[in-house]
Amino acid sequence: MKILRFAGIVPLIGLLAGCGSGAPSAKIGLNVELTGEMPAVGASAKNAAELFISQQNAAGGIPIGDQKVPLELVIGDNAAKADQAAAVANKLIVQDDVLAMVGPNASACAIPASEIAEALKCPMISPWSTNPKTTIDVTTGKPKDYVFRACFTDTFQARVLAKFVLNNLKKTSAAALYDVASEAPNGQANLFRETFEANGGKIVAFETYTTGDRDFSAQLTKIKAANPAVIFLPCYYNDVPLIVQQARRLGITADFVGSDTWSTPEIIKLGGDEINGSYFCNHYSAKILTDTARKFMSDYKSRYGQDPDDIAALTYDAFGILTEAIKTAGKMDRQAVRGALSKISAYDGVTGSFKYEGSGDPVKSAVILQIKDGQFVWVANATP
Amino acid sequence: MEYFAQQAINAIQLGAIYALIALGYSLVYGVLTMINFAHGDLFMVGAFFCLIIASLFPLPFVVILVLVMLSTGFLGALIERVAYRPLRSAPRVSAIITALGCGLVIENLVSSLSPYAKPMPALFSVTGYNLGGLSISSLQILIIGVSILLMVGLDFFIRRTSFGMAMRAISFDSRTVPLLGIPLNKVISVTFLIGAGLGGAAGMLYGLAYPVIAASMGVLVGWKAFIAAVVGGIGSIRGAVVGGFILGLVEVMTVAVLPSTYRDLIAYSLLLVILIFKPYGLLGKAPNQKV
Repeated sequence: MKILRFAGIVPLIGLLAGCGSGAPSAKIGLNVELTGEMPAVGASAKNAAELFISQQNAAGGIPIGDQKVPLELVIGDNAAKADQAAAVANKLIVQDDVLAMVGPNASACAIPASEIAEALKCPMISPWSTNPKTTIDVTTGKPKDYVFRACFTDTFQARVLAKFVLNNLKKTSAAALYDVASEAPNGQANLFRETFEANGGKIVAFETYTTGDRDFSAQLTKIKAANPAVIFLPCYYNDVPLIVQQARRLGITADFVGSDTWSTPEIIKLGGDEINGSYFCNHYSAKILTDTARKFMSDYKSRYGQDPDDIAALTYDAFGILTEAIKTAGKMDRQAVRGALSKISAYDGVTGSFKYEGSGDPVKSAVILQIKDGQFVWVANATP
Repeated sequence: MEYFAQQAINAIQLGAIYALIALGYSLVYGVLTMINFAHGDLFMVGAFFCLIIASLFPLPFVVILVLVMLSTGFLGALIERVAYRPLRSAPRVSAIITALGCGLVIENLVSSLSPYAKPMPALFSVTGYNLGGLSISSLQILIIGVSILLMVGLDFFIRRTSFGMAMRAISFDSRTVPLLGIPLNKVISVTFLIGAGLGGAAGMLYGLAYPVIAASMGVLVGWKAFIAAVVGGIGSIRGAVVGGFILGLVEVMTVAVLPSTYRDLIAYSLLLVILIFKPYGLLGKAPNQKV
């Protein structure tokens, strides 16, 4: 039995600089996880979006056709729940009449929201959803027309991680533990298993739990008996610290490897000593910054007093790509914006260079990071 | 063999916490025949009270435990006074909906005050023991020990004290017994105080065992403990304990021998089978039919 929770959809009108009454503005919807299981994700996305909008509007807005138009942000909270993400998408597109929507981030939210965006023919960019189903229509196997993402896909990520474990760590036996009820972790675990085994590795244990579980001792005792050299944990940042602590307490000494679901500094705060030394796949690293990225990092830090995580960086890039497409389209028309988005061939964002080739998935690279003494340390690069 | 012994330790720890929460459901149901669906959220509040108290004052474990039980207990009694008492003569379903509502209010209040999950400080340094390949920690021993102590204490209170007798009397007949001079409201307030206090203690122990606490942590565990209470026979104190340990054992052992994806499917199917053969739960009694 599932209980509906009170989690209001609170539209917040973004602060507008230089928006006169009656002047047109380009409305962009933001559908994010402000409350619920992963509030850190929503907060980063909202911060980055507000930073982007205020920078653009301080410069008088973006040029559309022959006039400069300010941007307007409409925020909806999807509470990290699938049903609410769809409801927020519907509200933003129909009621608020946004030109395009950014978000949701969690795949479990982004997939249902993408169905709404596709049906209503409104461009949507998910900053962080890596599950293939976000941009692919599973019934036909074809890419969705109106849905894009700013990150790489799980298929790519699984290949990067499998090769990293085999070639860099030189470990050939691995176990996995993941949330079977959550879309991104579920997909990542299965894709990792496929690529790891196809490249000569052996999966010795493949265990699951469900969202909200906090006791993993039974699964970990089983994994311990199988004695893997590496444990793959494609789990959200709230679960990882608990799993890692319980594993160490049971005497498991294997290395932990994670996916981009780890990528928020919260994981260091919650993880303690036990998480030290673990590796994960990420979208970008502070080590390999371009000028665009460096400017974003310092702007973000001076505005919010903390370093941006990759959700913030990807959200900033999603807005960057979107406004680029709106400028190219030259008019505030959803179909024209969609057309311009699909033709982006080189955009230099915070998280590297983007291009779209016939689908909503960008061609871009990934990095492997290690958690070392409370820092994310760069280890390796991986190109498509 | 060693593998199953380790899994048995895992099961006892999990079962002890389920049992401790299940007691709160069963106690309130026994006295009021009402299901306090806010109990899972009181459990969560207990963990947060522990975090607040422990980060403000460096007190010993036992003192913190007592403070957490008292504060959560008073919150439970307050909820009863404010939200449930006015509805005591209303239809049962209104009380249940009110309880669900209270739970949601508490959960969303906490999540607005603390949207991020918080790390729980360790109240003492945990030592791990290795007994012939079995890992057990001082924390696990403490959790199991405190849970069992609280369960035995409650059983003694209900069966051996005059206040416990008053509770049993009201549970037997809540219309006639007050006419004989038993203060109904006081007994019910104390019932909620104890029930919520045990929930708070469980929240604290759970927070220490799984040291990432969040506003949503009580939902799933609360439901599972409710199921444990029903399987054991809701209204029965010993039944709640039995139900909690059975649920812990079934969950852990399913994972131990089968793929963990089937855990909930198998565990809860088994519990359904128990209810088919024992519809009032393992230790529950069929209600007296009043003609």
